Amino acid sequence: MGARALAGRIRSGEVSALEVIDNCLAEISKRDSTIHAFVHVAYEKAREEAKEIDAKIAAGEDPGVLAGVPVALKDNLCTKAAPTTCSSKILENWVPPYDATVVTKLKAAGAVIVGKTNMDEFAMGSSTEHSAFGPTLNPRDTSRVPGGSSGGSASAVADGMVTLALGSDTGGSIRQPASFCGVVGIKPTYGSVSRYGLVAFASSLDQIGPLAGNVDDATMLLEVVSGWDPLDSTSLQRPSFILDSVSREGVKGIKVGILNELVDLVDNEVATQVRKAADLLDSEGAAVEDVSMTSIGWGIPAYYLIASAEASSNLSRYDGVRYGLRVEGANATLMNSFTRAKGFGAEVKRRIMLGTYALSAGYYDAYYAKAQKIRTLIIQDFQRVYERFDALLAPTTPSVAFLLGEKLTDPLAMYLSDICTVPSSLAGHPAMNIPFGTASGGLPVGIQIMAPALGEASMLKVAKTLEQASQGGFQ
Amino acid sequence: MTAAASKSRPILPSGWEMVVGLEVHCELRTQTKLFCSCKNIFGDEPNTNICPVCLGLPGSLPVLNSHAVELAMLVGFALHCEIRPSIFHRKNYFYPDMPKDYQITQYDEPINVNGYLELSDGTRVRIERAHLEEDTGKTIHVGELGASGRIHQAQWSCVDYNRAGVPLLEIVSMPDIRSALQARAYVSELRGILLATNSSDAKMEEGSLRVDANVSVRRVRDQDESSADGELGTRCEIKNLNSLRSLVRAIDYEATRQVALLESAQEVVSQTRHWIEDEGKTLSLRSKEEAFDYRYFPEPDLLPLAPGLDWQKEVVSDLPPMPQERRDALANLVKEALGDDASLKDQVALLVELGLDTLATEAISSGADPRIVINRLSNEAPADHQAACRLDPKNFTALVVMEKNEQLTPTQAKAVLVEMLKSEDEPLKIAQRLGFETLGDQDLSAVVLQVVAEHQVEWSRYVQGEQQIAQFLVGQVMKLTKGRADGAKVVRELNKLGASENIEK
Repeated sequence: MGARALAGRIRSGEVSALEVIDNCLAEISKRDSTIHAFVHVAYEKAREEAKEIDAKIAAGEDPGVLAGVPVALKDNLCTKAAPTTCSSKILENWVPPYDATVVTKLKAAGAVIVGKTNMDEFAMGSSTEHSAFGPTLNPRDTSRVPGGSSGGSASAVADGMVTLALGSDTGGSIRQPASFCGVVGIKPTYGSVSRYGLVAFASSLDQIGPLAGNVDDATMLLEVVSGWDPLDSTSLQRPSFILDSVSREGVKGIKVGILNELVDLVDNEVATQVRKAADLLDSEGAAVEDVSMTSIGWGIPAYYLIASAEASSNLSRYDGVRYGLRVEGANATLMNSFTRAKGFGAEVKRRIMLGTYALSAGYYDAYYAKAQKIRTLIIQDFQRVYERFDALLAPTTPSVAFLLGEKLTDPLAMYLSDICTVPSSLAGHPAMNIPFGTASGGLPVGIQIMAPALGEASMLKVAKTLEQASQGGFQ
Repeated sequence: MTAAASKSRPILPSGWEMVVGLEVHCELRTQTKLFCSCKNIFGDEPNTNICPVCLGLPGSLPVLNSHAVELAMLVGFALHCEIRPSIFHRKNYFYPDMPKDYQITQYDEPINVNGYLELSDGTRVRIERAHLEEDTGKTIHVGELGASGRIHQAQWSCVDYNRAGVPLLEIVSMPDIRSALQARAYVSELRGILLATNSSDAKMEEGSLRVDANVSVRRVRDQDESSADGELGTRCEIKNLNSLRSLVRAIDYEATRQVALLESAQEVVSQTRHWIEDEGKTLSLRSKEEAFDYRYFPEPDLLPLAPGLDWQKEVVSDLPPMPQERRDALANLVKEALGDDASLKDQVALLVELGLDTLATEAISSGADPRIVINRLSNEAPADHQAACRLDPKNFTALVVMEKNEQLTPTQAKAVLVEMLKSEDEPLKIAQRLGFETLGDQDLSAVVLQVVAEHQVEWSRYVQGEQQIAQFLVGQVMKLTKGRADGAKVVRELNKLGASENIEK
């Protein structure tokens, strides 16, 4: 059942929030021993919150649009009530003294936070295998990865354990796992959702977004968490999104470009689905045309330099002094080194080293500065393309979900799985995954829809149209 | 351009001159910290003014304090800087008292550039930049040998994050300073500007004003002109200068050390050096080759800062007169009355430094004797200059008039002033309380009789009821007593005398 319908039943008293949450927690305890989508389940706290919602309803108060709807949070979103670990040993058992802005907004809307989901450590990875607490499995095929880094949130939704989940997307970390798990995942425009309380990976790229079973639910969650926040200087000074009815307007007259460069480099089965989606949009009245964007291939190197550079600085604070893991040493420098050596996993260390190198005296211009120039080029290229198009269509990932362990020892292969998603991240544009058919093995294929900054409305119109066709059996 | 100061106090052997540039960090006097709403206050219990942002907790984000930006611009204007669009960078290095293990600071695009500060000897020290940054926490290192102050010998360390995130303005001069005394004058003048703009407490002893000195030496071709060959020598940066006295001693020591090295055919190694106050010397902290690579890059959590012209205008309209201007104003006022007197220059400077120039100006303008005003304020007032700043100008003027009229001797006037700093009483009352009335009642009666005898015409008019004439008679008494009489008493005395005459009639 969709989030709106569920909240409606709870608000009308057809079912209590406590019953819904108890069912949800029961599902989690039954299924998650296999999937391992959660690193923390808030059994007690979630029931308390559900009871509060029921009390509000009984008292005739407005319990909020998401009253009693179970929501899972990626474990890099700060919660006063639960540990926030980023799936890292260095933050194991750390409980923040404050809630992230999105958490405050969710609570105000009546949502019940049922747990924190597994992720690649500090959101660095594309498979959720880089979690210090073990990998999450793909509920569609447990021999495969759920994608990452928001793999826990994507699996929890895909497996029906929760109605909604929040993830974070730096270079594709919402869209790619959504694609692998066959759910809807939105990375909104940079600055449209506050980052306050999102543990930073790469500050200029990180953006919180929804994962859900359908476009309506994802849209609803996006509406709730979006809007200006004075605590985040990079948040856009505009009200929350109002998108729900707009998304149903259809694609008549909307100009959609098919990004050739990305379609050409992915697996045939994936490319075929993109072409099918294009035909469908065409038949629904959109003006569909192929378009080329030559700078797109430079996205991966630019992204990995910029993101790692920012990460090397953002992760400096884990020094064993104030919170998290501390490994004693003879002096402060040794304590710091020992703590970081033990606390961080291999992938995090790799990126810290990469980023440190890219910012070092003598290398800055050749790496970090050059990557920023490429970022500018990509933004300019997008500007040129968006003069002609309202939205772009592309694959979300080069392939369907890969096998556990398949790319674990080959970091470059792993990095390349983000090739379709990093361009919009670098530009700060909205982009989303919509499940669209399956490959021969039955695994879901994801279509990526991109739009210019604050072009969420056109993006969602395209998504909704594709979703309706999918549900209607068009494949 | 700087010969005067260095010649007045030769420290280096002839043929050498020192070249000094100063980096001054001052804490800005804002209500809250630079990037969060924690209180910016000195001396509270450790770790009481902290929050997720200034502790650098995961997920927290900085939000720029606009008052800090205003104070930075205000100081920038006072230092004749250009106000520029600027951005914040991250300066990355690990240190336990730095919560994020990077400092948010301004790097190659600071808010203020290309200013200058004029010293009272006429030297213009160019200001390269004055930029905003956040302060670190404070660490106390405790080791076996007690609090050594050095992290490497420490057994454990206590960190107080109250200071973390306090706004700092770092003011960097060009190497235009040529002596330790001039460096001292620069810091004093800068301090005056910070106080005048109310932008900082500027207390070296509390660390709200901190100075690092870059010192080098070079041979002078023409000693009289101090016209060294444009080349600068290798410099050393001296840290841990906690007072003006340390600043002067450290610079002199360091320049002397460098000359000795060069004269014995050794080289000066570019280093950061620590001033050891007790031993009166500098010791190497690290060589510049070991200098950290701070890996600066633009702070992605903050937007570029570009104060609009309207905002700048609003800020500059708050700019009060600067110390130099105030010295000139007071000196001119004094000059009008007393002519050129070089000996007054230091006193004038002192009054401005203590913020007593407004009081002096008011007193002189309402007729008080300038020399007495200057003397009293520069000699007695400094003992408690904060109380002096609160003196009622009317009372202070009255005191100076009493001294001028010899109603009080200078010694008595000083004693009365000391009392005035403690209470808000009028000087006359204090003088009476202290028994400084120099004219007894009998003496007063005698003088009144004398005046009556000498001015019979006026006296008879007064006795016939012409009240206005009383003023004349009182004036005559004042003249004879040199102002030591109490006007009210004189009138009483006249009335007594008049009454007895009327009865006789």
